[in-house]
Amino acid sequence: MKIGVCVKQVPAKDAPLAIVEGGAWIRESDIGFETNEPDSFALEESLRLKEKHGGEVVAISMGPDRAKQTIKEALAKGADRGIHIADDQFFKLDPLSSARSIAAAIKDEKFDLLLTGLQSDDQGFGQTGVLLAELLGLPHATIIMHIDIVDGHMKLKRELEAGWFQWVELPLPAVLSIQSGINKPRYATLKGIMAAKKKEIATVNRASLGVADAPTQRIEKIYIPQKTKKTEFITGQPKEVAAKLIEKLKHEARVL
Amino acid sequence: MKILLITEQREGKWNKVSFETLAAAQQIVQQTKGSLTAAVVGKGVAPLADEIAAYQVDEVLLVEHDLLEKYTPDGFSLALRQVIESTKPDLVLFPHTYQVRDFAPKLAASLGKGMIGDCIHYRYENGKLIFVRQMFQGRTNADVVFAGNAPWIATFQASAFRADLATKHASGKAPVKPVAVDLKPEQIRTKPLELFREAKQAVDLTQAPILISIGRGIKAPENIPMVEKLAKLLGGEICASRPICDEGWLPMDRQIGSSGQTVAPKLYLALGISGAIQHVVGMKGSRTVAAINKDQNAPIFEVADYGIVGDLFEVVPALIEELEKSH
Repeated sequence: MKIGVCVKQVPAKDAPLAIVEGGAWIRESDIGFETNEPDSFALEESLRLKEKHGGEVVAISMGPDRAKQTIKEALAKGADRGIHIADDQFFKLDPLSSARSIAAAIKDEKFDLLLTGLQSDDQGFGQTGVLLAELLGLPHATIIMHIDIVDGHMKLKRELEAGWFQWVELPLPAVLSIQSGINKPRYATLKGIMAAKKKEIATVNRASLGVADAPTQRIEKIYIPQKTKKTEFITGQPKEVAAKLIEKLKHEARVL
Repeated sequence: MKILLITEQREGKWNKVSFETLAAAQQIVQQTKGSLTAAVVGKGVAPLADEIAAYQVDEVLLVEHDLLEKYTPDGFSLALRQVIESTKPDLVLFPHTYQVRDFAPKLAASLGKGMIGDCIHYRYENGKLIFVRQMFQGRTNADVVFAGNAPWIATFQASAFRADLATKHASGKAPVKPVAVDLKPEQIRTKPLELFREAKQAVDLTQAPILISIGRGIKAPENIPMVEKLAKLLGGEICASRPICDEGWLPMDRQIGSSGQTVAPKLYLALGISGAIQHVVGMKGSRTVAAINKDQNAPIFEVADYGIVGDLFEVVPALIEELEKSH
C-alpha cells in the first residue's frame, strides 16, 4: 500500500508570538519550529498501516527550506521518502490554494491512502484533507479514531460531537483526516535518525507547479485579541495567592 | 446581501448551533439590508422546516432526498451545490460543527470557492464583511475577507452567537419551499453505519457546581491525586482537557470541550490548561473561571475572572493547605 502523509511545520508550542508591524504575520526570526502535533498522529497511523499491510510511506510538507526538518523527522521515524513543496511565502496562501498546490505536486504519485492531521496549530484552517479529496477526486472521511482495511475497503471509526461516534465504510483510494489521540506517536530512534540520512527528499518549487494565483480569501491582519473578560491577576508568593484566591471565591464571587 | 443559512439536524433533532448561526445571519441581513433563506437538509424533516419558518427569515428551503437521510460528505456536497447554484446567494453560512467541517470545504471547492471557517465574530465596515477567526490556538485573532466573486462560504464557531437572540417572524411564518435535488446512489462513496456512544457516562459533569480541570501542565498521572484532593476539599469534580484523556490519565467521560462535554458550573478552576479553542468552547459559559498557568499569555486568561501566573505545583499544595486550615 502506498501511503502519503501531509506534515506541516508550525511555530513551537511554547514559542513567544510577536506580530510583525502591519499584522501580516508573526515574527518568525527568533522562534523555534516543530512538527504540527496533530500531524504526528497521522504520521504514526501511516507507519502502523505500512507495518501491517506493507508498502511505502511518503511524507509531504509545504513551506520554506526549514520545513525539510519536519520531513527529516518523519523519515527518522520510519517514512520512506519525502516530498518538499518549497515556498517561502507559504503562510500567505489560503486553504484552497494550499490544497491545489499539494494536489498538483502529488497527483502522479497515485497514493492508495492520503492522511492528514485534523488541523494545524498555526492557522488552524482544518480544511486541507477535505480539499485534497475533492481536488484529487477521492472519497474522504475526517476525525478518524480507528482504521481497519480489508480487501481494498476501509472500516473507519469517526468521532462526532458530544461523545458520539460512527462507523463508516469507504473504498480505497481515499483521504483521511486523523483525530489527535488515535495512537501514541513513536519517538525516532538513533538507528532511525541514521537511516534517514540516506533517504530521499524530492524538492519541488511551488511556483513551478502551475497553480494559478487565485486566492479565495485574504488575511487582512492578525492581532492579539482584546480581552472579553477582565481578569483580576492575583500576585504574590504561593501561600499568599492561595489565601487570596480562596478569599475572593468565597466573598467576592461567592462560589464557595 | 442575499444569505443562505444551512441548518443542521441529525435523526430529526437540531444541532443547536444552527440557531446561533441563525442569529448571526439575521444580524448580517439587517446590516446589509438583504434577505435570508434558511435550508433544512435531510429526509422527513418537514417539521423542522416549519419550526425554523417561525423565525425571522424570508423563506425556508426543504431539501429532502432518500440519500440525504443519513449524512455523507458526497450526498450533502452534491445536494447543496445544486441548491447554491439555483438560489445564487452571496453568502452561505453554516454552524461550524464536526459535520460541516467534514464537507463544507469540499462543497466550496466544488464551486471553485473558498471557505472562511470557524469564525467567532464578523464586522460590517464600509460595505465590506470582515470575518474574525482565531489562529495559533486562540493566541491571536485574524481579520479575514473574501477575495473574488460570490458565493462566499463561512462558518461560525459554537457559542460565537447567542441562539436566544434569534428573532421570531414578524408576521407569523415564512413560506416553506420544497427543493428537489438530483442524487444517484452511485455518487455516494461513503457507506454510513451505526452511531454509538462509547464513554459510559458514569459522571454527569454538566450537573457539577464546581469543576477542577487539568491540562498538559499537570505533566504526569502521578500528579493527579494532588488535584483530586483539592477537588474533594472544594466539593467539586475533576475533569480535563483532551490531551489528558487521550493519554488515558483520566477517563474520556471527564473531558471538557468540543469533543467532550460542555459545562457551565458555578466555579471552573483551570490548572495548567492553556485554553485552546476546542477546550474553551466547552467551558466559557462558566459563572466564575479561575486559572493557574505558568504562561501569562495563555489564552485561558482571556476567559478567566481570576488569574494566577505561577507554578501549579506550588499553588495547588498551598490551596490545599489553606482549605484544610478552614475545615
